[in-house]
Amino acid sequence: MAPTKQKHAPTRQAITLKGSTALVTEFFKFAANTILFQRGVYPADDFHMVKKYGQTVLVTQDLALENYLDKILKQVNQWLLTGSITQLVLAIISKDSRTPLERWVFDINLVEPPAATESPQAASAKPESEIQAEIRNILKQIVSTVTFLPVIDEPTVFNILAYTKESVDVPANEWVDTDPLAIEASKSQQVKLRSFSTDVHRIEAMVAYRYEG
Amino acid sequence: MAFPPKTPSAHSRSRSETKTPLSSSFYAAANASNPFLVASRPASRAASPVKKSSSQAHASLKRQASVGLIRKGGVESRLDVVTRDYVPPPPKSEKRSRSQPSRDTRDRFITTRDPADEVAATLDLMSLNPESASPGHTARLAAATGVPLNRRILAYHEPPPPASSDPLMAQARELVRPLYARAGSTPGSGSASTGTKDRKISTSAQRVLDAPGMIDDFYLNLISWSSLNVVGIALGSSVYVWKAETGEVTLISEGPEDSYIASLDFSNDGQYLGIGYPNGAVELWDLEAQQKLRTMTGHSAQVGVLSWNGHVLSSGCQDGSIWHHDVRVARHKVMELLGHQGEVCGLKWRADGELLASGGNDNVLNIWDGRVGDVGPSTPSSARWTKRNHTAAVKAVAWCPWQPALLASGGGTSDATVHIWNTTTGARLHSLVTPAQISSIQWSPHRKEFLTTHGYPTNAIMVHSYPSMDKVAEIKDAHDSRVLFSAISPNGELLCTAAGDENLKFWKIWEAPKVKKKEAKDSSRMGSTKVGILGIR
Repeated sequence: MAPTKQKHAPTRQAITLKGSTALVTEFFKFAANTILFQRGVYPADDFHMVKKYGQTVLVTQDLALENYLDKILKQVNQWLLTGSITQLVLAIISKDSRTPLERWVFDINLVEPPAATESPQAASAKPESEIQAEIRNILKQIVSTVTFLPVIDEPTVFNILAYTKESVDVPANEWVDTDPLAIEASKSQQVKLRSFSTDVHRIEAMVAYRYEG
Repeated sequence: MAFPPKTPSAHSRSRSETKTPLSSSFYAAANASNPFLVASRPASRAASPVKKSSSQAHASLKRQASVGLIRKGGVESRLDVVTRDYVPPPPKSEKRSRSQPSRDTRDRFITTRDPADEVAATLDLMSLNPESASPGHTARLAAATGVPLNRRILAYHEPPPPASSDPLMAQARELVRPLYARAGSTPGSGSASTGTKDRKISTSAQRVLDAPGMIDDFYLNLISWSSLNVVGIALGSSVYVWKAETGEVTLISEGPEDSYIASLDFSNDGQYLGIGYPNGAVELWDLEAQQKLRTMTGHSAQVGVLSWNGHVLSSGCQDGSIWHHDVRVARHKVMELLGHQGEVCGLKWRADGELLASGGNDNVLNIWDGRVGDVGPSTPSSARWTKRNHTAAVKAVAWCPWQPALLASGGGTSDATVHIWNTTTGARLHSLVTPAQISSIQWSPHRKEFLTTHGYPTNAIMVHSYPSMDKVAEIKDAHDSRVLFSAISPNGELLCTAAGDENLKFWKIWEAPKVKKKEAKDSSRMGSTKVGILGIR
């Protein structure tokens, strides 16, 4: 349903929608892994280091978790291609009391295409290195959030929520409507993190955490 | 002071307190306590109580009722207009000081809301309230904040997998834990070795020697290993020495059949041997000449334990007394320590001779000042520390070779606990409960470990690490009966144990580090010549 839209002449090293969604999906994978590691949702030695984006990132070795994330992200990829997903949220909730403790919110916006009359030469493709640098910065920032995020002592569970348009194509048995697992407004603190953008998508990151008093 | 006005009854006597705080000020002027008086009211009132209820009266009465003033007695009091007792004025919506759109007083606990109401739920994230706000307002806000109104929130139908669902990972984590642990928090981390798995302490004896006639008595001390690498053992009433290097067995002393030997101990230099008897006599033997040098009598009961300190031989007696014998002088008894009510079964001098530890059948552990002879032979001195923590006979006492202040003591069957003491401060540092009666304790000169030999019911030898108190090894059923006596070789590698099963077993417990072995051998040889050469007059 989604044709590969090319914004620029094929001869240029430009990013396509497909390429951009792949990049974004990959980013989500690493961001999710980083968050799960940093917040201690899964035991720290389940993770091993891989080189990505010019730095080492931690990825889970737990096969079940890896498969789970892959399944989810595959669907997210599909939605990205059709442009139906607007927000991806990784919510960390307490295992016993099911209260949401943290929400990592990634806004997905489509970058407005430049004015139609522009010639292919005028608009320059965003170099991959720049995109990678931006992603690197976000990941580093996620890691640095441990300095102010409240310490989580209790066992936690995570949930990935996808905010999509009404008209979205949902594989029936796999995704269900759910409540947003929002933190009570009076107890929530929000911190906006850095964002990155490819030529097609713009991803903004934000963390909302539960803070008492 | 505002009561809700009582519903006026038909009684003319009932007084309805209709004065409310929100009554308009113009009622205040009136004598409001008297409901009959309704003077100085604006013209809007329906003044006269008319029998017929006109619609106007009805409306005004309603108004009156709405502000909570009912004139009683009149027909209006009988009208069923009071459907609301007290209607508060519409509350002013408080403007929150936060920089967020004004909210109503609706519940903000989103998680309990009907999940089907997603639109409201999502907008509530921005504290929009589509129910109370106008659609236009909502739309404008939505446009302003960029939150579309029509969205669904989806989650994957399966919950995420629990942590460590992979058994292999869990196992790997367990195995790797010692690497992350702090010192002393995991088993074996207290010991000098990096992996306890590498260490194999053989559970079978390296050598077994026959010991016929060994007496199975807990309160005796029948083996000793001299610094010249000679093992002395008392079998019945005879003393044999076994040279570890050559394997040669020599009979030193042969006593009468009906008697037996109660204790024996080599002197620090290995040249002399003290033997204690049940009649209280203590004999001194020269090993090179294999001759008895003297007999020191005086004790009134069995001498169950001996310990040397240079030229002083201390003997522990069944009557609870401990005597110091200066073996060089004719009047050998130089001091007496009275600190026990029961038989003294454990006695050990510290290597530097500063302190003497004694344990008795009265469950008491005493630590004595090592100075001999200052106070005078007949004056009993009191122990520096007296510890009554044990609940059974304290036969096992041992001083730590690498930390001179440390003393380990072990209790008998009903106690089975090892206590580690700091003899400088008197504090109990560690305690370790073992499954069986402790008959002796030996510290390792090479590792930070100590071992305990046990009697009832395990007959085991257990190796523990210090200070973590973790079990390093256990040799179950080391003997067929209680392991009663033990001695450690001068190089610290071999442990020799004896039991009533008439076996003398040698165990390889601790490996001496190779380099140190040479030094140890040299120093022990040198040490033996340095430490008090006895000259016996």
